[in-house]
Amino acid sequence: MSVLLNEVRKGFYLDSVALMRLSAELSALSGIEEAVLMIGTPSNLQIMRDADILDSAGEEAGPNDLVIAIRADRKASTNRALAHAEKAMKGNSAAGKATEHRARTLRGSHASNPDANLTLISTPGEYAGIEANSALDLGLNVMIFSDNVPLERELELKQRARDLDLLVMGPDCGTAYINGVPLAFANAVNKGSTGVIAASGTGLQEFSVLLHRAGGGIKHGIGVGGRDLSDSIGGISTLSAIDLLANDDEVEQIVLISKPPGEATAKAIFDKLAACGKPVIACVFGLSASQIPDGISCTQTLREAAELTHRQSANAADPTETNTTPDLHNLASELTIPTGAQSLVGLYTGGTLCTEALLILGRAGLSCSSNTSKEGLDSTAQYQLIDLGADEYTVGRPHPMIEPAVRTPLLQQAVNDKNVAVILLDLVLGFGAHEDPAAEVVSALTAAEANKPLVVASVCGTDKDPQDYQRQRAALEAAGVIVCNSNSEAAELCALILEPR
Amino acid sequence: MSASDLLSRGPEVIGIGLQRFVDDLQSQGITASSVDWRPPATRDPAVLQAAATLSSGAIAELVNKANEEALSRMLSADPVLVNVNLAAELIEGLGEHKILHAGPPIEWTDMCGPMQGAICGAIVLEGWAKNLDDARALAGSGKITFEPNHHHSAVGPMTGIVTQSMPLMVVENKTFGNLAYCAINEGLGKVMRFGGNDDSVLDRLRWLESTMGPLLADSLLAVDGIGLKNIIARGLSMGDEMHQRNVACTSLVLRELAATMARVSEPDAASEALEFIAGNDQFFLNIAMAMGKAIMDPVRDIGGSSIVTAMARNGTEFGIRVSGCGDQWFTAPVEMPRGLYFPGYSEKDANPDMGDSTIVETIGLGGFAMAAAPAVAGFVGAGNASDAAAYTSRMAEITHTRNPEWTIPALDFAGVPSGIDVRKVVSSGIPPTINTGIAHREPGIGQVGAGVVNAPMACFEQACLALSERLAAS
Repeated sequence: MSVLLNEVRKGFYLDSVALMRLSAELSALSGIEEAVLMIGTPSNLQIMRDADILDSAGEEAGPNDLVIAIRADRKASTNRALAHAEKAMKGNSAAGKATEHRARTLRGSHASNPDANLTLISTPGEYAGIEANSALDLGLNVMIFSDNVPLERELELKQRARDLDLLVMGPDCGTAYINGVPLAFANAVNKGSTGVIAASGTGLQEFSVLLHRAGGGIKHGIGVGGRDLSDSIGGISTLSAIDLLANDDEVEQIVLISKPPGEATAKAIFDKLAACGKPVIACVFGLSASQIPDGISCTQTLREAAELTHRQSANAADPTETNTTPDLHNLASELTIPTGAQSLVGLYTGGTLCTEALLILGRAGLSCSSNTSKEGLDSTAQYQLIDLGADEYTVGRPHPMIEPAVRTPLLQQAVNDKNVAVILLDLVLGFGAHEDPAAEVVSALTAAEANKPLVVASVCGTDKDPQDYQRQRAALEAAGVIVCNSNSEAAELCALILEPR
Repeated sequence: MSASDLLSRGPEVIGIGLQRFVDDLQSQGITASSVDWRPPATRDPAVLQAAATLSSGAIAELVNKANEEALSRMLSADPVLVNVNLAAELIEGLGEHKILHAGPPIEWTDMCGPMQGAICGAIVLEGWAKNLDDARALAGSGKITFEPNHHHSAVGPMTGIVTQSMPLMVVENKTFGNLAYCAINEGLGKVMRFGGNDDSVLDRLRWLESTMGPLLADSLLAVDGIGLKNIIARGLSMGDEMHQRNVACTSLVLRELAATMARVSEPDAASEALEFIAGNDQFFLNIAMAMGKAIMDPVRDIGGSSIVTAMARNGTEFGIRVSGCGDQWFTAPVEMPRGLYFPGYSEKDANPDMGDSTIVETIGLGGFAMAAAPAVAGFVGAGNASDAAAYTSRMAEITHTRNPEWTIPALDFAGVPSGIDVRKVVSSGIPPTINTGIAHREPGIGQVGAGVVNAPMACFEQACLALSERLAAS
């Protein structure tokens, strides 16, 4: 048996839409069969009469009165609904927080941000090209973090951008600095006078960090994507970047960080760099100084590149500068590896850091097997370097720089492997990276037994990074990890440890 | 923004994808915003390819140019309400046993309840059958021809039924000289546009024909027509969006007409007519619809244009027409409106979406101008003014431009989003939002609520495919 309640508020007016909304709200309350709020015009009263929800009280309403009619399972429910209605009609309870409108399309977002000059795209690769094209349509420069963008699409985008006087960074561009502002995976470093062109994200990160620690700083770090210097793309973005850096008066020297360019592209790039009118330092992994024209300084490691850059910059011509590089030979001689153990396992989150270590160990006579090399990883090899950011480790899960947990089981396995003498690690800090990568490493090490392998690591980070370089470093050292100042030092130390003594 | 501007000014970023990149920039005090991105609604590679083809290279240039022409025709239109006359006088070939209806073409057997109910009423009104039962038999006998209003320069709300003896309002587009027609709004309650067909409904239609129509015609001729562009501009600043809310525009028209009507007619008739207009907040809707049709007809058939020239529903299917595809309809099943219901009714009573009134959205009003009418936003969501603004901003993502004359004060006088581009609808996955009344699914009961409904994506996908095929063939 249901209960009907009519209440009339004399001389009370609310817009009919507001009343319908409130009616719907009341009807949704528990125990309510139907709730109707209407102004008592003759036609409205007729509607309520037809709906059989008007009683003698409601019949008395005039065209300036509000009728609240509630049908419910019992009296308590009608009272509750009436109280709800009265509260809502006080006028202040309905005022919600203004919802902020976020555009669903780049075009829509650009309309409300007409001064924007860069689109940062990190959608799945299959859509990145479409979004990049609309960015170019809107006159926006593009940074494509996404990978898996088809090569022909990349070429098309870069050719279009060149014609439009715009810059395309990427695809697969993880790191960039523009006017000192770090973009995507990048460390907080000082702004300075160096302009970098990088075909590698972690390469740019390590270089920037080492330059920052040496006292220098970055003006721009233009990421061009790993394929830009191949002959299929022809270095379109790299060539644009050289022009841009050459024309920026605040840029005092230009640094190129990359893998070896395609043959035809190499000539175009190096010719242009040599003629750009500014000092140029190249760190091209796998290319020797003889393959690089005179006038361009060639370095073998990111650390050398950073040190040379700093020495060359005008404000660093300080003769009292001391060499802070520790004596690695001394350090190595003080370390003991577990008896009978001879192998090396490198577990990397940064791809270029892995490549750098591979080259350094190779030059020291330790031929390592790695998934970053053409031959692929031989899991029975004595010296192994694994890039955990490679596709085979990241399918269906985040990149190890974001979520280093993928390394934990492999690290535990290596720690407990009686054949392993040294474990080589990198930790990458900065924006975008995991909030506490050291904790992940330490948790894997504490489970290790005695007579465990040496763990050598470097931390790519600065005191300004959200994770705090010193804190990360201290946490590792407390767990017995030997922390080097750079990835190249860490690799060199490993070479010295494993060298027959 | 050239690359050198980027380097000298530093980045001001729009992020698409990972939100943390944008958060990191904001935490450093860099201006950055993010797109509420999601993958395209369709996974059909043919459709995505068609939208991409239409949006790139030489074809895109051709389409953009055609769309510029389309918009220049839309925005240069000068619609004026000039006359009222009988449908038979205005529409060639509209005579015995011919009935016009809302939406794309449809057969009797496929029509929804209200549409069939309205047709039975119209048959009795015209005297082609003695009663509703006979009318139903006649309607299903194949002796009645059914055609869309849109094929005859006309539009009609909800069922949109038009027969020879109904008076139609005439809007002339002075710029292009074309005419468009719509019936006089019957008011609320039991009315033919919602499938009503009893004596009270037919009596009102007879009064419209005998009294209201001629009186309006005399008055309009005496005032030399009412320019509608200005009425809309003022109505937008007074809280109308011209689909669900027409109270301001109705009042403005009443003001334009009242003195003249009192002069040209008998006092009793004038009083009755003015009372009829004043008693119906939605009187102006039908004028806005005829205006929409008058504006969009000259935009039809511009080779390559991806601008929508008509959206209409027959209660069963939703249909759109696209300028570059001429008079071809692209149809899909209509969706159910979401909204608020009158006392005693709920979703289960609702008829699917219906009517030609979506011509109002086609010209940038209705759901597209929601920001002008926060009072209407209550039909969906929380009903805040900011929600209303969000609807309009969203529609700007699928339109070609904003109308510089029809502006919205609450959006800092930004114009209403105009010229729906099928490419943008498909690539963004944002369907046009339509403000609509909701009819009861049974004929003869009338309106049971109001709310919003989406235009089905499938219509826009088909149009993209067809347009890209046409352009590939040319």
